[in-house]
Amino acid sequence: MVGHLLEVKNLEVEFTTYAGVVKAVRGVSFEVDPGEVVALVGESGCGKSVTAQSIMQLIPSPPGKITGGEIIFDGENLLEKNEHQMQKIRGNKIGMIFQDPMTYLNPVLSIATQVTENLRLHKGMSKKEAMERAVELFHLVGIPDPEIRLKQYPHQFSGGMRQRVMIAMALACEPKLIIADEPTTALDVTVQAQILELLKELKDRFQTAVILITHDLGVVAGQADRILVMYAGQIVERGTLDEVLKTPQHPYTWGLLKSVPRLDADKSRKLTPIWGQPPDLLQEFSYCPFMPRCDYAMAICAEEMPPFFNGGRARCWLNHPQAPKVEFKKEVS
Amino acid sequence: MVPTSAQAPLLKVHQLKKYFQQQSSLLGKTRNWLKAVDGVSFSIQAGETLGLVGESGCGKTTVGRTVIGLYQPTAGWVAYKGVNLARAKPAERLEYRRQMQMIFQDPYASLNPRMTVGDIIMEPMVIHHPEMGKKERMERVNELLNMVGLNPEHANRYPHEFSGGQRQRIGIARALAVEPEFIVCDEPVSAVDVSIQAQIINMLERLQEELNLTYLIIAHDLAMVKHISDRVAVMYLGKLVELVDSEELYLNPLHPYTKALLSAVPIADPDVERQRKRILLEGDLPSPVNPPPGCYFHTRCNQVLPICREQEPELRELETGHFVACHNV
Repeated sequence: MVGHLLEVKNLEVEFTTYAGVVKAVRGVSFEVDPGEVVALVGESGCGKSVTAQSIMQLIPSPPGKITGGEIIFDGENLLEKNEHQMQKIRGNKIGMIFQDPMTYLNPVLSIATQVTENLRLHKGMSKKEAMERAVELFHLVGIPDPEIRLKQYPHQFSGGMRQRVMIAMALACEPKLIIADEPTTALDVTVQAQILELLKELKDRFQTAVILITHDLGVVAGQADRILVMYAGQIVERGTLDEVLKTPQHPYTWGLLKSVPRLDADKSRKLTPIWGQPPDLLQEFSYCPFMPRCDYAMAICAEEMPPFFNGGRARCWLNHPQAPKVEFKKEVS
Repeated sequence: MVPTSAQAPLLKVHQLKKYFQQQSSLLGKTRNWLKAVDGVSFSIQAGETLGLVGESGCGKTTVGRTVIGLYQPTAGWVAYKGVNLARAKPAERLEYRRQMQMIFQDPYASLNPRMTVGDIIMEPMVIHHPEMGKKERMERVNELLNMVGLNPEHANRYPHEFSGGQRQRIGIARALAVEPEFIVCDEPVSAVDVSIQAQIINMLERLQEELNLTYLIIAHDLAMVKHISDRVAVMYLGKLVELVDSEELYLNPLHPYTKALLSAVPIADPDVERQRKRILLEGDLPSPVNPPPGCYFHTRCNQVLPICREQEPELRELETGHFVACHNV
């Protein structure tokens, strides 16, 4: 398989807690090609952030542990690398944008120190060269008066501006892949629109691949090329943007689409909630983990874990050739 | 410039202002005023749902908390059933406080971790119905837990044993405990997972129908507010910029800020997203301590007139029931 920038194979991650071993990620496999935006969608606790942190090996250990799988980036298995080797990859070949820029930025270091750190470390630039590049980066991400702003501290920046700083830092070494973990969740909608527009522009310009982690299907619709839907530590549905959002094949994806209010929908449209709650990840699943909440559950769903059907689109028994035909009609305006 | 209707409104807010004092020097010599709410007027009819939307820092939560009496207004007044709450007699005010309840945003911070769920829900009854016996209260707690889709057995448990969605249900049961008529819901679903949000929204709608409630829903999620509200008020920097029927808000927004806000909300449909044109606002929200002169929005507006920099626009009724504060419409 040549050509994939990133290949995650059968990733398994566990966390040891007082209550027992939480299996946060249960055999996740996916690929990311150069220049592609892959969205990892799901609710809190579904394992999407843990998957991303595993790629960077940022899982706090203990309690966390990657117990299986491979992560092949640019032809090399990242899981075989030691901390020192990983440091050469983080922030250099793979950039990361986090949800809350305030906790990511160091409050006692100037913005200049933090933005240039990457450049000096990975690119061996002198202080002066790094500063010039930082000014260039600030122009790129739309921060006015870069020379003045670089001398300031994180608290002097608004939420949107801090996120721009993070994007500048992630882009500094021209990475091949950026992992954006809920990059706009902490922001207001108008600022979110600005940041998403910026990300799209930069992605097109530098042909950077992006793993976009979010719970917001609206954000996905405007950004992603492909979507992976996660539930209880597994990918339950995958496909292109249009496939997943227009013809979902897993009841969970369908349920998510029906339960979110849409701005362009008619007032008469009722929301259909997904009943119950996500399962406890302390347990092992020998059956479909979505079964207790599923409106279409069949006998087999409680007995056996469904594989991927239909060329690997969805993990659901409904896609079995012998299953009754269920049409997921999107009840939208 | 208060929206009027033939029927007397249940709640009327007139030129409401709430300023917070800020110490700017270490010695506290110079003081600034943070104008969180700066002259907001609206009214809510009985049985209606009014949505209040805006971005963080626009003062929407402060409006809710002032309406319910958690803050004293700096100026202006809030009248409930025609009575100015600030001037009401103490006994009268207590009665109105019973009729007006609140559901809070954070289901983790708004429930006392040391109290059982039963005690939490019972607390408002202890204050407003001291004549009720323990057994009677327990029965009411069970009834309320059923009403919000929880199990009566849950009354003996503590908040930490519940998920976010369940906690929000407990908060709703507490608000309903003393049979209120008017409920302020401050971001009722923003702390809850996507798949659970619809459960809570549908429940709020069902309860409104069953108990004939009037809601003031405060939220930043425009799609959710549009879904649940009859009318929507849009706030920017402590002022109302537009107030209109929720359907009309989407179809025919008039204020440039409302237009930008609507265009920024992502829609989970790739076809719609491909065709949409975003109106991107420039710059950041100005500080409410030192708002710009004239129209507060003129620093970011794409249709500024010279008058916008000097004179503050009033909230005018342009079409029946459609109020806008903009010089340019």
